[in-house]
Amino acid sequence: MALLEVSGVSKRFGGVQAVDGVGFRVEQGMVKAVIGPNGAGKTTLFNLVSGFFAPDRGEIRFAGDPIQGRRPYQVAQKGISRTFQNIKLFSGMTALENVMVGRHLRSRSGFVSGMLRLPWTRREEAEVREKSRELMAFLGVEQLADAEATSLAYGQQRAVELARALCSDPRMVLLDEPAAGLNMRETAELAKLILRIRDRGITVLLVEHDMSLVMGISDEVAVLSYGQKIADSDPRSVQRDPQVVKVYLGEEEC
Amino acid sequence: MRSVRLRQVAVFLVLAGALQLGAIAVGKPFWQTQLTMSAYYALVAVGLSLLMGYAGQISLGHAGFFAVGGYGSALLTTWDLSAHKAAGVLQALQAMGAVVARPDPFGGTVLTVHPWPAAVVAVLLAMAAAWLVGIPVLKLSGHYLAMATLGVGTIIAAIAVGTQALGAADGISGVPPLPLLLGVGVGGATSQRVANYWVAIGLLAVCMILLLNLVDSRVGRALRAIHGAEDAADAMGVDTARYKLHTFVVSAGLAALAGVFLTHFNGGIGPSEASIMKSVKYVAMVAVGGMGSLWGTLGVSLLLNFLSLRGYFGTLDDAVFGAILIGIMLFSPDGIMSPDLRRILVAGWRRLRPAPASVEKGASEEGR
Repeated sequence: MALLEVSGVSKRFGGVQAVDGVGFRVEQGMVKAVIGPNGAGKTTLFNLVSGFFAPDRGEIRFAGDPIQGRRPYQVAQKGISRTFQNIKLFSGMTALENVMVGRHLRSRSGFVSGMLRLPWTRREEAEVREKSRELMAFLGVEQLADAEATSLAYGQQRAVELARALCSDPRMVLLDEPAAGLNMRETAELAKLILRIRDRGITVLLVEHDMSLVMGISDEVAVLSYGQKIADSDPRSVQRDPQVVKVYLGEEEC
Repeated sequence: MRSVRLRQVAVFLVLAGALQLGAIAVGKPFWQTQLTMSAYYALVAVGLSLLMGYAGQISLGHAGFFAVGGYGSALLTTWDLSAHKAAGVLQALQAMGAVVARPDPFGGTVLTVHPWPAAVVAVLLAMAAAWLVGIPVLKLSGHYLAMATLGVGTIIAAIAVGTQALGAADGISGVPPLPLLLGVGVGGATSQRVANYWVAIGLLAVCMILLLNLVDSRVGRALRAIHGAEDAADAMGVDTARYKLHTFVVSAGLAALAGVFLTHFNGGIGPSEASIMKSVKYVAMVAVGGMGSLWGTLGVSLLLNFLSLRGYFGTLDDAVFGAILIGIMLFSPDGIMSPDLRRILVAGWRRLRPAPASVEKGASEEGR
C-alpha cells in the first residue's frame, strides 16, 4: 500500500479546471516530484492534499485513511507537514518560536495547564525547545534562534520554515517550490538536504520548477499540464517522454 | 522566564503599595475607592488584550460580558426567595449553605443565594454566553467580527436596560458584600477600604500571573502563530477555530469576574456598565497599552480609568477617550510600549535640547 494515494481528484475554480482527474501514488520513503509549467495545477494539487481546498471529486488516502475534505490541522494530525511557496513564517516571533510551533502536535499543554504552569508542562516546554534547536541545527540555522523570523534573509527563512515543518516528526513532508529564489549553489545544497530528510525516514513530495533539482534527487516524477497528468515515471523516462518534451519546449522548436 | 514574570508582578505590587501610600500621604484616602474600581476595570482590559493582542480577534462586546457577570451576581444575591421557602430544592441548597438568610436594610430578613455560588454561576453564565456567541461569530474576522460583537454588546445592553427584573434603567442595588477571609468582604464599607484595594490588586496580580504564564506557553505560541500567519498555523496542526473560541471564552470570563467583584464593591450595578461606550473604552485601553502588551494595557487602563472616575475629563470623558485613540493610532499604532514611540520621544527630546557639539559630531559620523 502506498503512503499517499491520490485518485481521480478534480478541482474547478469558476471557469478554470485547475486539477482534472489527477491520480498518483507516493510510496513510503521515496522522494516524489510533481512538475509542470506555470498554471499546470501543481500548487492546487498540493492544497488539495494538505486540506486547504476540498476536491470536487476524487479520493485522497494517506496511510489508508481517506483525508479529502479534512481541515488542514486534521491533515497535519495524520502526519503530513508542509511548507509554502511564498514562505509563511509567523511574524512577531523569533525563529526558534516559529520552529517550536511546529512541535504543536507532539505536545499537549492546554489553557489551564499553561496558565498554572504545572511541572509537566515545564518539562514539555523544555523538550519542545530542545527538539526545535536540534532541527535548527540539522538545517544549519541554529545560530539564528533568537532572531525575528521574518527579518531573516530569504534562504534562512526557507530553512526555518523547513525546520518548522519537520519539527512535528511528520511521516510525509510537502515542499512547495523549495528552490524558488535560490541560486545554483543554494539549490545544490537543498538537493543534499532533501536527501538527508528522506534518510531520516520522512517521505518527501515536492512541487518544483527547477529541473536540475528534481531530476537529481527524485525517485519518481509526475508531470502536470493544464490540470491533467501527462507522465508519471522515473526521472530518465520522464525526460525522454515526447509529450513532456512538447509541453516544456513547445512543438515547433523540437 | 518564570523569575522574570514573578519580578514583574513584584514590581507591580510595590508600585501599587506606593500608589496607595501616596494617596494617603497627600490627604486623599478616598482615592483608594477609584483605584480599586480602576483595578477591576483593568482586569477587563487585560483579558481583552489577550484576545486582541494574541489571538488577533477584536471584541466590542466586552462590557456586555462584564455586565453578565455583574448582573448575574447582583440578581442572585438580592432576589428574595422567602416565598418559596418550602420548596425541597431550596431547603437542600440552604442546608449546603448555597442559599442563606440575611437581614435586609429595612430590618426584615431575606433569603438569597450566597455571594460565592452566585459569583461562580455568574462567571460560568458569561463564559457559556461567550461560547454560544463565539461559535458562529468567530468565523468572521476584521470589520465583520467587530460589527458582530458590537451586536452582541448591544443586545446585552438592551436586555439590561429593558428588563424589569434587572431594575431597568435603575439597575440593581443593595448587593451584599462578597465575604473573604478574616472578616474582610468585597464591599463598600469605608473601614475596609484599604483591604478592598489589596483584594482588587491581588486579584489583578493573580490573573496577570496566569495570563503571563499562558502567553508564554504552548497555547500562547499557537495564538501568536494564528496572529502571525493563520493558514501556516493551521498547517502545523493548530485547530485555529477552537483556539480563538477558547481565548474568547477565557477573555469573557475575566470580564465577568471583574463584573462580579466590582458589583459587590459598589453594592450594585446599572445598565451603563453594559453600554457600548464602555466596550469601546476597553478596546481603546488595549490599543493605547499596546496590542499584546499585557503590562502596557494594565498601566494604561489603571491610569485612564482612575482619571475618568475622578472626573478629570469632566463632561468630555468620552471625547477624551476618542482623542487618545486617534492620537495613538496616528503616532504609535502599536501602543505606548512600542519601540517606535520611544524613538519618536527620544528624537523629540533631542530636538528640544540640542546635544553638545562633540556628541552630535559622533552621532553624525555613526550615521555615515
